[in-house]
Formats: sequence, C-alpha cells, structure tokens
Amino acid sequence: METNEQIAIEHGLKKEEYSKICDLLKRNPNLTELGIFSAMWNEHCSYKSSKIHLKKLNSKGKKVIQGPGENAGVIDIEDDDAIVFKIESHNHPSFIEPYQGAATGVGGIMRDVFTMGARPIANLNSIHFGSPQHPKTKNLLRGVVKGIGGYGNCMGIPTVGGQTSFDESYNGNILVNAMTLGLVNKNKIFYSKAAGINKPVIYVGSKTGRDGIHGASMASAIFDDKIEEKKPTVQVGDPFTEKLLLEACLELMEGKSIISIQDMGAAGLTSSSIEMASKGNLGIKLNLNKVPCREEKMTPYEIMLSESQERMLIVLENGKENEAKKIFDKWNLDFAVIGKTTDSKKIELFFNNNKVAEIPINILAENAPVYDRKWKKTKLPQRIKFNKNDFKKLKISDVLKKILHLPNIASKEWIWQQYDHTVMGDTIQKPGSDSGVVRVHGTNKAVATSVDSSAIYCYSHPLTGGKQIVCENWRNLISCGSKPIAITNCLNFGNPEKEKNMGEFVECVEGINEASKYLDYPIVSGNVSFYNETKDKGIKPTPAIGGIGLLKDYKKMITMDLKNNKNLLLVIGKTEGHLDQSVFAINILNEKKGPPPEINLFNEKNNGETLLKLIGEGLINSAHDVSLGGIITAVSKMAIKGKKGFKLNNLKVLINKFHYYYGEDQGRYVIEIAPNNLTKVQKILKSNSVHYDDIGIVTENEILIDKEPVLNINDLIKFNKSWLEDYMDK
Amino acid sequence: MKSSVIIFPGSNCDRDMEVALKKFGFKNQMVWHNDSGIPKSDLIVLPGGFSYGDYLRCGSIAAKSKIIKSVIDFANSGGLVLGICNGFQILTETGLLPGILQQNKYQKFICKNVYVKVNDTGNKYFKNIKKKILELHIAHNEGNYFCSENELKSLNNNNQIAVTYCNENGMESSEFNPNGALCNIAGIFSKNKNILGMMPHPERVIDKSLSSNDGNFFFQNLVENFK
Repeated sequence: METNEQIAIEHGLKKEEYSKICDLLKRNPNLTELGIFSAMWNEHCSYKSSKIHLKKLNSKGKKVIQGPGENAGVIDIEDDDAIVFKIESHNHPSFIEPYQGAATGVGGIMRDVFTMGARPIANLNSIHFGSPQHPKTKNLLRGVVKGIGGYGNCMGIPTVGGQTSFDESYNGNILVNAMTLGLVNKNKIFYSKAAGINKPVIYVGSKTGRDGIHGASMASAIFDDKIEEKKPTVQVGDPFTEKLLLEACLELMEGKSIISIQDMGAAGLTSSSIEMASKGNLGIKLNLNKVPCREEKMTPYEIMLSESQERMLIVLENGKENEAKKIFDKWNLDFAVIGKTTDSKKIELFFNNNKVAEIPINILAENAPVYDRKWKKTKLPQRIKFNKNDFKKLKISDVLKKILHLPNIASKEWIWQQYDHTVMGDTIQKPGSDSGVVRVHGTNKAVATSVDSSAIYCYSHPLTGGKQIVCENWRNLISCGSKPIAITNCLNFGNPEKEKNMGEFVECVEGINEASKYLDYPIVSGNVSFYNETKDKGIKPTPAIGGIGLLKDYKKMITMDLKNNKNLLLVIGKTEGHLDQSVFAINILNEKKGPPPEINLFNEKNNGETLLKLIGEGLINSAHDVSLGGIITAVSKMAIKGKKGFKLNNLKVLINKFHYYYGEDQGRYVIEIAPNNLTKVQKILKSNSVHYDDIGIVTENEILIDKEPVLNINDLIKFNKSWLEDYMDK
Repeated sequence: MKSSVIIFPGSNCDRDMEVALKKFGFKNQMVWHNDSGIPKSDLIVLPGGFSYGDYLRCGSIAAKSKIIKSVIDFANSGGLVLGICNGFQILTETGLLPGILQQNKYQKFICKNVYVKVNDTGNKYFKNIKKKILELHIAHNEGNYFCSENELKSLNNNNQIAVTYCNENGMESSEFNPNGALCNIAGIFSKNKNILGMMPHPERVIDKSLSSNDGNFFFQNLVENFK
C-alpha cells in the first residue's frame, strides 16, 4: 500500500519527518515501512527530544561495566559479581488499563535485565496517582498494585522497595515506573550487539498476537477524552510464560551458543532486530512467515509492530540451533529460526515470498530525528516570610498526628504487603525502610536499593529538585550502611514541545548530573517518558532515581527502627529550618510558594561519608535520613518501626521550633546511639566537621515533646497506618 | 536423609527449599515434572510458586502432571510428602489431602509474618519440636482453607489439623487469621500423618537476618526425627 503525509500523521509522525523519510529512501515508504519508521522514530524509542541532553550525563566510573545504550546498566560489586539494573516507565498503558499496564511494565523491565544474563534478584517501583479524591484514583491504585504483584509474585522475584505519591497533577496521567536488579557473573554478560554474517536469527518465547500494536507510539502522545479507545494498544502480560522464558534463557546462556540477545520490548520485533543489526553494523533478513503467530492472517505490518510480551530475539552461532531448540522445547516455548544476519546493512523483510520492506538500518537508527527543543529556565522563587503568629495556635504533636496521616506520608503497608518481598530467601530489609536490601546469594555481601522522586521540589525549582533526588537516594542507601555505587533514572515529564516542560526536563537533568558527578554516583541506565499530559494539563516534573549500594558484610547492615530505651537521638547535619515547599507549609499552612531546600553537595557528601564511618565503627544502633516532614517525622517513623517512644530535649537553637522540627533542610540523618558511645561518636563527627544536634532519647512507648500532652506510640502507629487502609478498604 | 524437591514449570520456591533442606543436612535432589520417576527419597517436597501458571485453579494442572503419579505412589506407601503453599494446593487437588484453598478473604495477595501453633506432635514432622508457637511467613493469594463439615469432623477426630494461625501467645481468633481459613487452619496432615500441607513457608525464615528464624525449629526437628 502506498503511503502519504496523512497516513504518516496518523502514525504520530510529523509532516517534516515524513518528507525526511521519503528523501532518505528516495521513494515513498510502503505501509509496513512507514509502520517501522513510526515505531523507531517516536519519542519513546528514539529519544529525539532528550538525546542531546542525555549525552551530557555522567555515566563513567570505576565500578561501571556498562553504561547507557544497552538493555540495562551493569556495575561491579566485587569478586566476580556484577549487578544489572534499570528503571523504566509504563505510564501511558497503566492509565488506560492499570492491571495489564503495570504488570507488563514489570515484565518488560525484568526482561531487560535477564536478557543480559542476570537472574533478577529484586524489583522496585515508583508509582504516582492523582488526588485521592479524584474518582479514578482508587481503581487505578488497586489495579496497578495488583498488576505489579501479579507479575512479580508469579515470577518469584521479591519486590523490596518503592515509592507511592498522590498529587492532582497526576489526575489524568498516572506514573508507573518499574525497576529490576539482577545478579550476573561479570565475565558472563550478554549484549545486544550482533556479530558475523549468515548467523541464524532466532525467535523465542510467546507467540505474536495483535496486542500492543503501536504501544510505543501511544506512549509518545498526549491524552485526550478518547484515550479509553486505545485499550487495544495495551499489551497483555503472562508472567508464567516469562518465568519459563527466564529459566530457558539462563539455561541457554550457560553454553556458548549466543552471539547476541535482545528482548522484544517497545516496538517489538522492529526495534529488537534493528537494534541488534545497528549495533553490529550489519544487515538482517527476516522471513515473517516463520514468526510464530497467535492469531490468523496477521500481516507483516502487524507482526512487525506487535508488542506481545515475553519474546526474545537471539543471534546464534551457526549449528547451535538444535541444542538451543532442545532447551526451549523443555520449557514448552516457541522456537523459530526466522532469518539471518547479512552484510547488506539493511533490514529486509519477506512475506509469502515477496520482499515487503527494505530499509537501510542507518536511516532508521542514526538518521532518526534529533530535536534541540526550545526551553525556558525556571527562576528560583522568592523565600516566603512565615508569620510566627500562624504557629501560635498550633501544637507540635497535633501537627505530627496530621502529618503522619497525610496520603504522602502515611504507611504504604497496604501496598507492599501485596507484593511477595521475601521469595528467594535473601531479603534482609523489607519495603517500608530507607532501602530494600537483598543478600548476594551465598556470600556475605548484600545490595541495598531505593527509588526516589520529589515532584514538588522539581516543580518549584527543577535544578535544585534534580540535585535533591540524587542526594535523597544516596542518603537512603547510606542510612542502611551501604556504599552507594550507581543510579538509573526514569525521567517522567510533560510535553517537550512546550518550553516550560522542556525547561523542567533540561534543568532537572542538569541538577541530576551535577549531583551525580559530585557524589561520584554515575548514571548507568534510564528511560525518558514525555507527553504525560492530558487535555493541556501536564504532570509535575517527576524524575525518579533508582540507586544501588553495596554492603560488603551484610551483618553490618543498619535498620531504621529504634532499638533501646535511653539510647540517644542525634541529628547529623545543620538545621536552618527551611519550610518553603515543606509538607508542613503546604499541608498545614496551605502555603505552596517558595523555593525548595537548598542542596549543599559538600555537606551532603561529607555528612553521608561520615555516617558510613560511624556505621563501620559499629557505633550506630539505627539511622534514618530526614526528608519529607522534617526531623520530627523522621524520628516518629523510626519510633513506629521500632514500636518505641521518644522524648525530645528542650530546644537549644535560635530558630522557632516549628522551623526546627518541620523544616526540610537537606543532608541530614537521625541516628540512635548508645550513651556510652557518645564520646566516640562526637569525636568522629567533630574531626570531620559535621554539625550535629543532640535532640532526645528513646523511651519505652511514650512520646514527650516539650510540655505538650503525652502521645503513645500505638496512637502514632494507628495514625500512620490507617490512612491508606481506610481509603482503600472502607 | 535424602530429599527430593519437585520442580514444576512455574515453581519459584524450589531453590529456597533446597537451600533450607541442605542447610539442615538433607541430601537433596531436584526432580523435573516431566521425569518418569523420583529417585529414592525419605522426603518429597512440593515447593511453593505458581505451577503451570496456576491456570484453571491453583495446583490443578500440577495434580495431573506426569511426575505426580510417583508422588502419589510414594505417599500411599507411607513416604513423607511435604507441600508448602502451592505444594499444599497441589496436594488438595490430587486428593491426597482433603479440602480446598480458596482466594483470601480480602481478595488480596498477602505477604507477611504470621504465628502458627503446632497442634499435634504425634508425627514425624513435629515430634519433639522445641517450640510450639512458630513465627513463619506467608505469601499467597489463595490460602483460605475450606472443607466440608464431615471432613472437618474427621480432621479433628484424627488430630489432622497440623498448624493453626494464632498470635505470639498461641491465641487463635479471627483477628489473627490472615486469610479467612476455616478454624484458622494453616496446615493439615493426611490420616496417617505422612503427608503435610501448609501455607506458611518455613524455608523463608531460617536465619537471624531474615524476618524470623523459627523455620530452624521445623527443619532441625525434621532432621532429628529421621535419625
């Protein structure tokens, strides 16, 4: 079928992009070819709006084995072990069909990891929903949580951490980001780069159906009222098949028959075959009649664009087909030789003995459009002058009760209890902690991992917000005693064609990069999700950072729960009392203006590294970073976890107590230490020039703040736990 | 002491079970669902997971698998068969154990620590066990045990109710019943007590660093009873 500009536009391509295709091909593409272009050149696959900015990211480091550009990043965790990890978005499909959207998001990211030869050992997720009052929120949350659990639980991979937030900017566009980390021997990593000509190209896994056609294009578009009609573009997941695929691939990888392997994710067979050929500077020839199909009479167009899940493409060594087929037969999975590598540097597709497409690979990959979009800088907002009279009618303890019960602070146990977080028998720190921690099976090592985002800070000032998330993530890993190694990022933004949204992207990325460089915390993989916009309303900029830290001896791990009565509570890091953009200012004072707290990278690094020293010396009983809700919220969460109380000292600082307890200054931690360790701790803090405040002690179960009425820890536990349970189940 | 862990497509607690069995001194072998027989064993374990995707009903396809005939023969000849979680579901589907496991009362997957009370020690699994209230771990969507009145009567009469959900002091009430199981049943025996099916996973709680180490009591005792 002939194509024209109109058909190209219906495929999500721009007018200019279509003429560029015609120029490059020196003819009009046919429909199958146009479909391939639309799949490769959409925002989701081509990174056309983000590429020039992502190039600047700090991706190098001593521990980096593989940076961006592969299925996932790889880092060295010593001995011959390496961790393969990545985070990816599945926002658009999850809004249309929450269960399948979220489930296939989890399935997709796990495939990215085991494609590289790693067995997944932990999953995390970062999920964001509209206002709790919005009529869609509850069902979306329920569906997404069921979907994440449904897939991860069946695969037998523990979900050890995550993050959930509510904000009205997500009313029309929820965010579902899934992260997986896997363990691999660093000498046995598999890559997607094909090599050698006339090598068999193998299709394995599920059959190809009509689901998910144009999924990647849908994920590159803004939403309107008719979005529900896009349901057929959402893929349908089958975790059972993926479990078989995982085991079969890992079994095949024990041998030496694989040259390259690539999962069929976004844009399915199209992007996987083109990527393999492109990286190997080769051509590829496929006979589409050989592709195992689930439905009858599928056309080349549909076969190439289907996003059916649980499929892989493999380039094998010659003569290894039977050996490989035996493994896939054992696991009851389809196995088909569908083509071969060539030296033509073209993708050539055949169907019913006719050539149905022929496109030079470099046109699709290297010549894909790249845009340097216009963007606008966000000015740092003016500081708010808070009126002390507003505080007079407030009590610290009343505010605390309210804050612990807020949707974004309340316990998310209702969610993570639906995720199997203990399968594989190595989870030593569960969800609901600063980091999830899993042991490296059969060793003394453990890997800590956390995923974080701060849309409110990023919205207020993207540059500061970008830095802040990296720092917060770093702190979460430090708090459990691990040394942070590297990060992956999922950059969720609005419409890049709008200068404000593009500016948010550019400046967040700049902030992320600056912090990443300073902390020597390289970015080794990631994903961009633009067009999170419905009817002209975009989301708050929500970059999510997933980090990995290493504990050389898992027995030295620190948890956040308060341990022993009369132990001392110290705050590491200086408290200035920054209330602008804080939970307190926004929710209690209804003040939404002002800049986010400033990031001082020197203090951040120094405070974190000093805490690691203290942990290394065995001087710390528990630790927790100070984030949303300030010092008192941090201490309360430690108390809730440990089912202990605390008594706060009379303040010896010059600032107002609300500023002190609820301010969200950065680079701080609360630590619990035994009284007889105080001198040693003070000495280390002083010799490293780290500021600290002695704020109180641990009690059996009472919470004593100034002369305010006494609270009991069981009340705090109830306030904190009940919000989400009541919201979902009552 | 030789044990065999059966792997069905979709099993995902097979490795965890092997780690636990070996830790306590079993010589374990893994047996694939399509194998025609099971090597000589003192104990056969059906592990947790989602055998055959749990399609149709949890455990139902596994109950018709090639290997299951050998498991049934072994059980009928008095051999020890332990089914954990999906393994328990498979045992009820084969008819080796009475009753069924329905969806959890609150229609949610539940992953958390629970306490269970050991109700009968006149059997190879719990004889001489050092602790009667164990903190174990559950992770399931279909653990809500149910059986007919007659079956329940017979379970009670023969002391076949192996473990029941309770609190840390052994108190059984609906408050401590995580999934709505009939009479807080967490696990049951066959009539002659050689078959044990239970929802909690002892293999996930076998060292101090994990959420509990009460699984040690279970496995240690099991090994002792073989000596």
